[in-house]
Amino acid sequence: MQMPQPDARVLDRKDRIIARLRAALPDCPVISDPRELHAYECDALTAYRCPPMCVVLPGSTEEVSAALRICHEEQAPVVPRGAGTSLAGGALPTADSVIIGVARLNRFLETDYTNRFIRVQTGVTNLSVTGQVQEDGFFYAPDPSSQLACAIAGNIAMNSGGAHCLKYGVTTNNLLGVTMVMMDGEVVEIGGEYPDAGGGLNLLGLICGSEGQLGIVTEATLRILHAPEGARPVMIGFDSNEVAGECVSDIIRAGILPVAIEFMDRPCIRACEAFAKAGYPDVEALLIVEVEGSEDEISHQLSLIKDIAMKHNPAEFRESTSSEESAAIWLGRKSAFGAMGQINDYMCLDGTIPVSELPYVLRRIGEMSKDYGLDVANVFHAGDGNMHPLILFDANKPGDLELCEEFGADILKLCVEVGGCLTGEHGVGVEKRDLMDHQYAPVDIEAQLRVKDVFDPAWLLNSAKVFPLTHTENRRKGALPPSAS
Amino acid sequence: MKPTSETELAEMIRAADGPLCIQGAGTRGLSCDGDVLDTTGLSGVTLYDPGALTLVAGAGTTLTEVEDLLAKEGQRLAFEPRRLNALLGTSGETTLGGIVATNSAGPARIALGNCADHLLGVRFVNGAGEIVKNGGRVMKNVTGYDLVKLLAGSHGTLGVLTELSLKVLPQPETEATLAITGQTSAEAQKMMARALGSPFEVTGAVHIPGGDTLLRIEGFEDSVVYRTGKLSELTGAEVSLQGEASRARWADLRDLTMFSGGDADIWRLRLKPSDGPDAMARLQPGKALMDMAGGEIWLEHQAGDNLRSQLKGLNCDAQQIRGQGAERFQPQSPALAKLQSGLRAQFDPRGILNAGLMG
Repeated sequence: MQMPQPDARVLDRKDRIIARLRAALPDCPVISDPRELHAYECDALTAYRCPPMCVVLPGSTEEVSAALRICHEEQAPVVPRGAGTSLAGGALPTADSVIIGVARLNRFLETDYTNRFIRVQTGVTNLSVTGQVQEDGFFYAPDPSSQLACAIAGNIAMNSGGAHCLKYGVTTNNLLGVTMVMMDGEVVEIGGEYPDAGGGLNLLGLICGSEGQLGIVTEATLRILHAPEGARPVMIGFDSNEVAGECVSDIIRAGILPVAIEFMDRPCIRACEAFAKAGYPDVEALLIVEVEGSEDEISHQLSLIKDIAMKHNPAEFRESTSSEESAAIWLGRKSAFGAMGQINDYMCLDGTIPVSELPYVLRRIGEMSKDYGLDVANVFHAGDGNMHPLILFDANKPGDLELCEEFGADILKLCVEVGGCLTGEHGVGVEKRDLMDHQYAPVDIEAQLRVKDVFDPAWLLNSAKVFPLTHTENRRKGALPPSAS
Repeated sequence: MKPTSETELAEMIRAADGPLCIQGAGTRGLSCDGDVLDTTGLSGVTLYDPGALTLVAGAGTTLTEVEDLLAKEGQRLAFEPRRLNALLGTSGETTLGGIVATNSAGPARIALGNCADHLLGVRFVNGAGEIVKNGGRVMKNVTGYDLVKLLAGSHGTLGVLTELSLKVLPQPETEATLAITGQTSAEAQKMMARALGSPFEVTGAVHIPGGDTLLRIEGFEDSVVYRTGKLSELTGAEVSLQGEASRARWADLRDLTMFSGGDADIWRLRLKPSDGPDAMARLQPGKALMDMAGGEIWLEHQAGDNLRSQLKGLNCDAQQIRGQGAERFQPQSPALAKLQSGLRAQFDPRGILNAGLMG
């Protein structure tokens, strides 16, 4: 993975840029000490690192605007940063960049139960949004597995999902409005406090998932929902991935819409069991299906699911009868990443496929795993086809990371080949940037680049991400000459 | 002009030397100046995978064809697209392209989202005659910018839609309607908000001033009985319709048949639900429907009068659906107007696609 060469003209102005930021933002941390910059040299994609020129941590929309205006005048590249949990390298800096982080934008601004929204500054964590309203019985639906740490700003940038999207949708389906600062410092209000607010073109839908390339979102209005009365999972084991896939399809076709359908393959089940000792059976494929409602409603749905599952001769069918048993069923699944981390270094992929292609894709991944000599375990949001293959490798072994990346790229190409896509919820970032040509024709990419031309004509905002560098080179180099001031 | 393929459409747009008026079946009353470009030739379902809850079809495919196909598998378009034939006095069969271009959604939008929320992928031809695709046919996709959302509701001003990929959902086993009569707008709004703030998954909440306030519950039979019981305790509304009768009532509400005929203009307001009663008090419409618990109001208004002047100070978007003489779409702030005209210039450099329709 290549990043563009830092712009020497910008590096030459480093002292002036930092001095201007400090002068304009006296109450705002502007970090330039090399030791302190270490904390910002990567996000959760730790394989790539580069310290930025400096880091600014504004405490208000106005301060974000002032910082961006200076960067715009100085033609300094800017990398927005939420909580730094991106698995795709969305917050990876370049040496000539100014990081603008939202960590200090951590206030809750308004909660409105009548109209069912909450307005927050975007540095708050995903889970804290639910924390703010759960005493009153409400919750914020998108639940990425990093929800304890990840910021709403990053959720909006990546259009984050989670395990419960099948019923509740992803970030874009739960976002009502944003306050966004554009690269030239202009503050715009998009959407509002009710669905489709503002009329006109759907700019809100465009902003969500634009990976911090169109603006920095400082405030967000989020839809909140009343929590269901209860939820309970069932665990179903199968001797074949194919049959497990058919079972998922039959559940959906029967008119049941579970809140989550998780799928784990044998390598994943074994690793999780060894790590968490959740009492998982040793089967080829394991489904965890969770339904919601009152006790009677849950029992009814689970009985329908049981009838469907029994037609497929499951090796195991375990229905939770208590909150302890529910926790045990989820324990292994929720430990999947920790379990892999104990075995070795791993890379987590994020492709999506049409659910019907699941057996074929798993078989091909198994064959590729043998060819590459690298183990892979699969966890999968089966209801919506979002796969998370975890490839194990040894970071200390020369060449292993590169081999792993090559294997990962082959899996993602396979996802596209069968009618799916490169990324379901993590974003493209730098990780999948160079695969975009497999998903899109040049004209499809050009249509997206033209959108950025409108919001950030000088191509300063997070510009080395999402699109292959060859597509963006002229635009990035077309930056205006530095101002004379 | 009536292309029968995407390639033919692209050639026609490249060859166009003046504005084009993009039309599906013309049921939504949105014509503008220029040569008519009829998209109904781009029709047919190309893929339907019930187990994956996805359908792909040409933009000219009729809603009826899609709904009939889905019904055979017990599925549906859950965002409940509206047919505006009755309201506008138009004939013809609503097309998928028209639904997506206007981002149409019915009462279920309050719980299940609008058309854009269910749109997984688009293919379109932009104003330069380039064939562009975005999104795909899977439910979770964050690969690149979400032009799918941008195209939904763009009213043909960014490109001519050719193929659409949609998420479908199971048709519930049954449904029921709870009703209460004689509430004021303010009482109705409070009651609907209380129902929506419960765990009982209300999928429709409308109030007809001078008439009923209605709540809809859908699901498995036992579940509907349980939830309507709970909601009845909570709100005082009683079960008034069940099964097919309930479905028929909500189909009328969806298609706004109560506004059929008459000389008045029809407007659609969108606003914070709790502001709904205020808007009603200011406008005193002869006939109105408060959908979305008060957050989407359809109403009659004196022909030719721009009602926006009466809504000053209220955070509200007003769109004229029937009638002439006012800007059809809500005027945008200068900053947003600049972004939108910038985007239009990128997608349609010659400004020939439904020119001027959205301002």
